[in-house]
This record gives sequence, C-alpha cells and structure tokens, in this order.
Amino acid sequence: MLGTGLLQGLAVTAKNLVGSFHDPARLPTLEYPEVQPQLPEAYRNFPFLVSESAEDPMGTLRCVACQICEKECPPQCIYIEKSKDKKPDAAGKQQIFPAVFVIDTSVCMSCQICVEVCPFESIKMDQVFAIATTERFGSLLLTREQLAKPNSYYHQIHPTEAAEVDRRLAADRQAAEDKAKAAAAAKSAAPTPPAKPATGGPAA
Amino acid sequence: MSAPDSSFLAPPAGSQVRAVHDEFHGDLLEVSMGPHHPSTHGVFRMIVTLDGETIVKLKPVFGYLHRNHEKLGENTSYLASMPYTDRLDYLNSMTNNWAYALAVERLAGLAVPARAEYLRVILAELTRLLNHSCLAGFLLQDCGCSGTPLMYAFREREKILDLFESLSGSRMMCNFQRFGGCRVDPSADWLAGVQQLTDGYGAFLDEFEALLTGNEIFMARTQGVGRLAAPLAISAGVTGPVLRASGVAHDLRKVDGYGAYPQFDFRVPLGDHGDTYDRYMVRILEMRESIQILRQALARLPDGPIMDPKAKLRGFRPKAGEAYGRIEGPKGEIGFYLISDGSPNPYRYRVRPPSFINLTILEDLCLGHTVADAVIILGSVDIVLGEVDR
Repeated sequence: MLGTGLLQGLAVTAKNLVGSFHDPARLPTLEYPEVQPQLPEAYRNFPFLVSESAEDPMGTLRCVACQICEKECPPQCIYIEKSKDKKPDAAGKQQIFPAVFVIDTSVCMSCQICVEVCPFESIKMDQVFAIATTERFGSLLLTREQLAKPNSYYHQIHPTEAAEVDRRLAADRQAAEDKAKAAAAAKSAAPTPPAKPATGGPAA
Repeated sequence: MSAPDSSFLAPPAGSQVRAVHDEFHGDLLEVSMGPHHPSTHGVFRMIVTLDGETIVKLKPVFGYLHRNHEKLGENTSYLASMPYTDRLDYLNSMTNNWAYALAVERLAGLAVPARAEYLRVILAELTRLLNHSCLAGFLLQDCGCSGTPLMYAFREREKILDLFESLSGSRMMCNFQRFGGCRVDPSADWLAGVQQLTDGYGAFLDEFEALLTGNEIFMARTQGVGRLAAPLAISAGVTGPVLRASGVAHDLRKVDGYGAYPQFDFRVPLGDHGDTYDRYMVRILEMRESIQILRQALARLPDGPIMDPKAKLRGFRPKAGEAYGRIEGPKGEIGFYLISDGSPNPYRYRVRPPSFINLTILEDLCLGHTVADAVIILGSVDIVLGEVDR
C-alpha cells in the first residue's frame, strides 16, 4: 500500500525520539566545559619534550638535539639549534642538548612521526587540546621551556606507553653499564693494549 | 567537449533538449552552483546550463582545494607522505594509508605479518561502514530530508571514530599503517569494542532501512534518476559501488585478492539499473557484507607480530624501481603509483583517486534531469573534495 514505507519510517523516528530521552546510549552530549571528556589513552595532539625531573626541566631534557625529528617532520614545524657545550644526561654521559627547540603548533599536524623516529624517547604526544590563543603567531610558537614536561606527566597521560618506555630505557642503561664493566674488566686483565672505552648511550 | 564557453547560446546537441527559441522564446540559463553551496559536498562548482529546469549541459569545475599533494609527496620522505594520505579522503584515512603502504611494500619488497593483514582488513571494513553510513545520510540530506538520517548515521560513525581514536590516537587523521605492518597492536578491550560494534551494526542497518529503503518519497526521488550504463561506466574508468550499481562485477577484494581477503567468505552486491537508488542499495548491502567480513576476521585474528622485522623507520631508501598499490576503498579503487630512484624521496608519486575519476561522468548522469536531481546524483556518486582536488 502506498504510504506504508513512510509510516514505517515515522515509527522509527518516533522510537528514536522517545529513546533519546531514556536510553543512555542515545545521550552522548557532554556539558563541556563543566564536564571534561574522558580522553582515550592513545589520544594525541601536539608534541612535548620529556624531562627527567620536574624541578630542573631544562637541565634534564632527554633530547640530545640529534635533529632527526626536524628532518622527518612532514610539515617542517620543528626548529632545533644544537648547544655549543655538553652536559650530562640521565645516564651520566656527556651529551649536547638543544639550545633552541621550537615547535610551531600552527603548522604541526599531530601526525606523531617525530615521536616514532626519536631514538632517545625524548619527544612524546601531549593531550592538551584547549590551546586557543588570541593571536596567530607568538603564542602558537612553543619554545623548549613551554614544551618541556616531566616524565611523571608522561606517566599520567599515557601510563601503559610510558611504563614500557621506562622499562626499555632502564634495559638500555643496564646494558651500557654491563658493557662498560666488561670493558673495564678486559682492560685490567690485559693492561698493555689499552681497550677502547665503551660507548654507552641509548641504542638507536 | 571542445566547444567554447559562449556556445551555450547555440542550441546544444542531445535528444532530450527541446529546440530553443521555439514558441516560448525561451533562452538557456547558465547557473553557477558552488563553490560555496551546501549541496556540493565541499568546494566544488557545477556550471549548469538549464533549459527551464532541465539540465542541458554541466561543466564541473574543481581545484579549489588543490594543495599540491603529489608534488609534496615527491619532496618528502616515504614515511612523511603517510600522514598526508590521511588528508586525501578524510573519511577513509585507514584505507588511504593501506593503499599507500601497499605501494611502498611492493616497492621495497616488504612482507606483512598475518596479524597485521587481519588488522588492516578489520580497519578497512570499519572504514567502509563509516563511509557508506555517512554517504547514505548525506544522500538523504541532499534529497531534502534534513537531519534525521544524517544524525542517525553520524551516531554510528561516532562509535567507529571512538574506536579509531582509542587505537591510533586520532579520530580521522589516523596515520596508522606503516610499511610492513601496523603501528599499534590493539588491546583485547579494543577488539571487544569492535566485536560489540559489529554485533550491533546489523540492528542499526535494519533501523536505517526501515526508515529509508521503502520510503515512497525517497524511491520517487531516486529511482530512474541518474542512470549509468555499464559500458559508459567501464570506459570512463568508474570504480567502486558506483560501478557495481551498474551491474559490473568488479571488486578488487575479489579481483586482486590483496591482503587477507581471499580467506574470507563474502559476496559482492550488484545493482541492476545503475540509478541513484541502486547506488544507495548497493552500499547498504555492502555494509551487510562488511559485517560478515568483520565477524570472520575477529573470530580468526591470529597472534604474532604486527611489523615486518626488516622494515626500517629511519633511513628508509627502497631500491630503484616502480610499484603500483591499489585496494578497494569504500569509494572505489584507490591506488598509489611510485617510482623510486633509490633516494629517500619518491622520484614520482601519483595518486589514483576514486572520487575524482567517478566524478568525470557527472555530466552524463545529469543530462535531462532537473537541478534538484543533479544535487542527488552528485550525492550518490560519493565524492570527497580533499581527494578530488588533492
């Protein structure tokens, strides 16, 4: 009969209308900003730099200014200047550090390729999405002081991933120490040809 | 057509066109629809020449969203092009990623582990559900049914996007596939979420079909509108649901049998008339088949690694050669053609976009129909301007 399809459709609409007042699956709207959304752990938007301690973020940045992320970044939004001097990293090894590390978040497209290519686990994706500013340029150009966040923050936003990264870094450090010990032992056993000093550091 | 633009004053050829300057002393009217028109699905412009309300000529104008995608691909490394492919057809980033990864894997001779192949199938079929649901919603929006079906479709799309977000970190710009596998191994929770969605999607489709498929107004607006004959579809290179709605059994999942698809049991729905209603119906049936594929893939998902151990993230330089990788995206054949000269960047990077090639038959579909029908026909071809203009 002509019109049956229409009536059937209207029944569906009516069912949905009623359901939208009762069925919790049909009440997805959040009262933002009073109610904040529950972000999934994997959620990413812009990168930040991981530092070991919260007290001295500039002194304990994991970044060694190798500039791989700068090269690999698809929209070229990272700018790094290497330092002239060196300072010890978390493992105690003398490393250069980024004297300038700038990310232009107005260009960044949150692809997280910088995170994937970083051999030192020093750049990770943040979850802060409320970053609107009143002007176009300065506030979106983040310097290393603004980008640095402690490892504890990383654990807070990506707990699973951060635990795995810590485990990997600890294993690397342990391997480097073992290698250094073995080299020292070899050196003391055969003193005449001086053994090459162990090159530690995180594995690439 | 090589006629100059001013030729619309002369009576155009075509059987449906009544002679102008007849007893009504009617003139043809040229109307520019778009680029800023809600029915054009983005910044797309149609210059339609009308005789009364009937279309006698239609000239598609695009390129407003051109952003040098292919040249960018030649100037960045292979990996750095991956997030750009998300932005081609921004509804289907997972399938775009897969097609590009497939091309690079062929170029570099990388093998993909079984688990990654299954994951790719799961994600591609979720993308197909997402795309076809949205398309049906937008098509109804174009028919003038403002809101209801689109909102129902978006409600389901939201669930799929939540799954994408919890897996890849981003709802639409997933950037998930890698050369030789996938980026993240999903947790058991995530797979349970996909299972739940798969189990519930049939009910949504039933509801959606109860709302639309038998609706007399929808049938009157779409049946017989925008017929595409199979020979024209084949000669124009049309692919995807638009081609299959014309009755041509060509689905790359069956033809190429790429990935894990040969291991799944599914059918390829075909249309009979090639009209707008068939194009809608083929997509609904394809979604039902996608649910079957998802069920099988989830039940048989193997354990194991998700990356080829030979795959390199940094310093990736495939040896010189060329490769073409294509998959059956939700909109049709999405392919990437790459030529490598051994450097970190591709020497040539070419995209075969399904939306763009399906759009070339728009004039043939619209001739003889009214302006209001042109809107529906464009909606049923299913374009995303990010992919058309690149």
